[in-house]
Amino acid sequence: MAEGRVVGIDLGTTNSLVAYMQGDAPVVIPGVDGSNLVPSVVALDPMPADGSRPTVTVGNSARKALIETPERVIYSVKRLMGRSLEEVRNELKFFPFRLANDAEAGEVPRVQLGELRFTPPEISAYVLRQLKRNAERFFGAPVTQAVITVPAYFNDAQRQATKDAGRMAGLEVLRLVNEPTAAALAYGLDRAKEGTIAVYDLGGGTFDISILKLRDGIFEVQSTNGDTHLGGDDIDNLLLTIALDEIYAEHGVDLHAHPSAVQGLRKAAIDAKIQLSTESVAQFDIELPNGDRYQREIPREVFEQLIEPILERTAAPCKQALADAGIAPEKIDEVVMVGGSTRIPAVRQLVDELFHLSARGKKPHTELNPDEVVALGAAVQADILAGASKTTEEMLLLDVTPLSLGIEALGGTVARIIQRNSTIPASATEHFTTGVDGQTNVAIHVVQGERELAADCRSLARFDLKGIPPMSAGLPRIEVRFLIDADGILQVSAREQRSGQAAQIEVKPTYGLTDEQVESMILDSFDHAEEDFAKRLLIEARNEADTILAAVERAPQNPAWQQLTSNEKAAIALASDYLKKAKQTENAPAIREATLILDHATRRFAELMMESAVTTAIRGKTMNAAGEELGDEVTAPHPMAPAEFK
Amino acid sequence: MLKVIDSAVPVACWSCSVAHNDATLFCPHCSKIQPPPGSDFFSVFGLTPRLNLDLPELEHEFHRLSRRLHPDRFARAGENEKQWSLADTALLNDAYRTLKEPIHRTEYLLKLHGAEIGEEHSGKDRKDPSRVPADLLEEVFELNMQLEEMRLERTTGEADPVLQASLEQAKRKFDGLLDEVDHDLRAQWQAWDEGDIAVRQSAQKTMVALLDRRRYLSNLVRDVTETLGV
Repeated sequence: MAEGRVVGIDLGTTNSLVAYMQGDAPVVIPGVDGSNLVPSVVALDPMPADGSRPTVTVGNSARKALIETPERVIYSVKRLMGRSLEEVRNELKFFPFRLANDAEAGEVPRVQLGELRFTPPEISAYVLRQLKRNAERFFGAPVTQAVITVPAYFNDAQRQATKDAGRMAGLEVLRLVNEPTAAALAYGLDRAKEGTIAVYDLGGGTFDISILKLRDGIFEVQSTNGDTHLGGDDIDNLLLTIALDEIYAEHGVDLHAHPSAVQGLRKAAIDAKIQLSTESVAQFDIELPNGDRYQREIPREVFEQLIEPILERTAAPCKQALADAGIAPEKIDEVVMVGGSTRIPAVRQLVDELFHLSARGKKPHTELNPDEVVALGAAVQADILAGASKTTEEMLLLDVTPLSLGIEALGGTVARIIQRNSTIPASATEHFTTGVDGQTNVAIHVVQGERELAADCRSLARFDLKGIPPMSAGLPRIEVRFLIDADGILQVSAREQRSGQAAQIEVKPTYGLTDEQVESMILDSFDHAEEDFAKRLLIEARNEADTILAAVERAPQNPAWQQLTSNEKAAIALASDYLKKAKQTENAPAIREATLILDHATRRFAELMMESAVTTAIRGKTMNAAGEELGDEVTAPHPMAPAEFK
Repeated sequence: MLKVIDSAVPVACWSCSVAHNDATLFCPHCSKIQPPPGSDFFSVFGLTPRLNLDLPELEHEFHRLSRRLHPDRFARAGENEKQWSLADTALLNDAYRTLKEPIHRTEYLLKLHGAEIGEEHSGKDRKDPSRVPADLLEEVFELNMQLEEMRLERTTGEADPVLQASLEQAKRKFDGLLDEVDHDLRAQWQAWDEGDIAVRQSAQKTMVALLDRRRYLSNLVRDVTETLGV
């Protein structure tokens, strides 16, 4: 098989996307439901009666399960990637997930989902597999290679966990790209720009700031900083906590005992947050399990006061990044805004102040959709790696390592061997010796971080240099080479120089999965076999056909049907007969084409349904109720389904 | 004593088998990437060791080599070429990072010529009284007292504006001394780059001493800055 396409994937905390380079422009590949965003939500269907493994659903359909079966759904799993049991425990205070109760310290934590347990990389693998399938459906060909983005401030363990997830999903991860850098690539594509730019990336769960220098198509990162624990989720949690407290104080109801009510409230909090980006006030109106209503108005000023401490936490990383790059804020030529949270006016205000923008007659760049720009940049990097396009042949990304790499020295202090913001790949060579006569092992503890004491830094790995020839103490000279590769992941090799013997090293990551574990977690899919792939395409095409045919079957019961002309009705009948015939064949592309024809024929009907939904809402019903009624008419997700009411 | 690039042994290119000098990153015959050479940072850029460098030219060369060597250019190459690209680019990046920064460049060149240079961040230098430059003994003693006092005040929440002003003045003074050291170092660069063996050896000795002094001063300035909390 010829080398297939390389896709770019933004594996986000809240939403994930897959994009590719179409000619000389990157575009996002939509899912079956026509949506560019795949919510990073994974749900486990009910256990089948025959005891077989339950199906896993991903995205919008999984999000629906959040309210109904919250104990079988997980979201924001990116916050758990590459983290230790202790860190995850802390994190879960804010999320309704449970850890498997047999978890042991030092193991990769597993999340209990219904009857089953999953590591965070496995959950991410399901999201990645969904994106892979979306792309395969789109191309009608297998996709096996990808570029995946990670927060710039992700450490070694978090990067490794992301790569593991890719492998489990059947993807060869050609490169991990830092999200802000990817965004810069997306913006820098159409303009042969020179200058210094800052990328401010406030997403669902992570914050990054990167300073880059652009010159002759080379994107050279000068410095990066951030907080892998800061994002829109924190704003949601804050609003949620306040609402829960008020509900308890005013109505005496402790919602913690009602997981689905908490999920309903979380959704209301998110809606209020989104609304406050454009409106001056937002309302909460929630029915409580005891029948009371919790009603609350939040004016934008109050909201801005509440979130100020959260937003303020992005200022220090920005200042540090500028200091590390040796650049004054007013020397930044352009600022690029990335991540859904940058839609919040208060965030834009803060960025304006941090970089003295309006004072210099400048505005931050928001032209590209902040939810999509990272995926678009990943597609650009995928194109660079594929090396087959004129558009990107002059482009090159030189990124840096966000955290210093060090070795634990005597007394628990850290000896830095690679400084933060070093361009990667970067390497350092250190020499070690023995302290006792005849000693054949030397233990080395590698850490990542900026603190003086190893105990305060992130423990990366403990290495045992084994098989050192027995010599007097201090005589062996073991050369250890540390190399941070282009993905920001550490590689280690060692050699005993006096005997010329390569010392055997056992690289034991402090946290993370072994190769064997990753191998055993590769999703049971038939992604690799061509024949199975064709079969799956056919099944998917037939499923899509069934969905739209079922909707058309029910259409005459909808009042909107009466508004169609007889010609329109005839066209729908014709197209639906055609699709029924196409469905009998084994020809997946033909079925898909017939589906598209029927979809086109029913477009005006879908619009009429939309209009009647809006009218219903105006007549006093809530948008939600209208949406639910419509939901009964048409099986979403489908292009014919009305737009989702949030 | 010079580690000269010409000492490299000729090796055969893995791809075209034509022999070439092992200090090169690409085969001069077939242009294919080669395993990382055992050469010093200067020769990565085709330079002989020197201290005055044309930085824009260095950056230009860094970009040119990056375009050819970077792992992004070898994403779909064979396993060996991938590994060599990774190792070669690490060498290039390490070399550029070291050479573009004047102090790191000076330290590196001196080490290359056998000089013993202390570690930039090793804490023990600061506390060791024997490392205090003789002409600064008195002032450093005074400063350390003031720093202790200031830290104590910080914990009790008091603030003595006189002490604050005095520390700020000390910081300005030591900043000025640092500038002097940098100026003196640059003067030695030229001597080293253009002098004969004897001049070089004397310049080396002077630079090692200046770097010691510099390290001491910058640690001191860092302490004062941290204590002042600015």
